[in-house]
Amino acid sequence: MIRIQREDFDVGREIAALSAGNPKVGGLAVFVGLVRDMAGGETVRAVTLEHYPGMTEKKLAEIEAEARRRWPLEATLIIHRYGELKPGDRIVLVAASSAHRDAAFEACRFLIDWLKTKAPFWKLEDKDSGAEWVEAKPSDDTAAAVWTKGKRG
Amino acid sequence: MKILYFAWIRTKTGVAAEDVDPPASVTDVASLIAWLKGRGAGFAEALDNPSVVRVAVNQEYAKADHPVRAGDEIAIFPPVTGG
Repeated sequence: MIRIQREDFDVGREIAALSAGNPKVGGLAVFVGLVRDMAGGETVRAVTLEHYPGMTEKKLAEIEAEARRRWPLEATLIIHRYGELKPGDRIVLVAASSAHRDAAFEACRFLIDWLKTKAPFWKLEDKDSGAEWVEAKPSDDTAAAVWTKGKRG
Repeated sequence: MKILYFAWIRTKTGVAAEDVDPPASVTDVASLIAWLKGRGAGFAEALDNPSVVRVAVNQEYAKADHPVRAGDEIAIFPPVTGG
C-alpha cells in the first residue's frame, strides 16, 4: 500500500494494521525516517518536501511491486509525507511483513534504498544561512546499486 | 507539450509548468533541453549542468536520446532527495 500525505502518521497503528487478520505474518520490519536538526554543521529550522504528484505514486508502486517480486512478502507499506516538517518530525515509513524475518528485513532495506534514489521527492532546508535545496548523496546511489548488482536480495 | 519543473530547477526557470510548442528540430530529450536553454538566462542557468538534470517523459525516467512528441508530459528536475 502507498500513501502520500501531508499529515503525520501513527507508527504503532500502521504496524498493527499491516499484520491484522493475517496469521501467516511471522515478522515485520519497519524503517521510519525523521527530519534531522543539523545539516552541514548548520541548524535546520524546517524542511519542506516537494514531490511530483502522479509520478511519485507510479514510482512507489513500481518499487513496492519489485520488492514483492524479490521476496515472499505478506504485505508492504510506504507512507511519505510532503509539505513543511520540523526537526524530529516523521518523513517516511516503509514496512514489509513476511513469514520469516530475513525477507522482512531485506525487503524493508530495499524499499527505502530504492525510494531514496527513484521516487521524485526533493527537500528544501531552512537554515540560518537561508533556504537551500538538499543535494543528492553519492552514498544513496551506492546503497541502491547494491540491489541492482544482486549482492543482496 | 507540457513541461514541469521541480525543486531548484523550478526556482531558476521561474516557472513551475508551461505548455510549449517547440520547433520540428526538437525530437528528443537532448534537443528539447538545448532549445529550452535558449529561452532565457534562467533556463540556461537551470539546465547548464547535465549531470544534475533529470528528465521524465510521461512520468518515466528518460535518457538524452528518448523521443519527445506533442502531447507528452515532460518533467525536468534535479536528482531526487526524498526518504
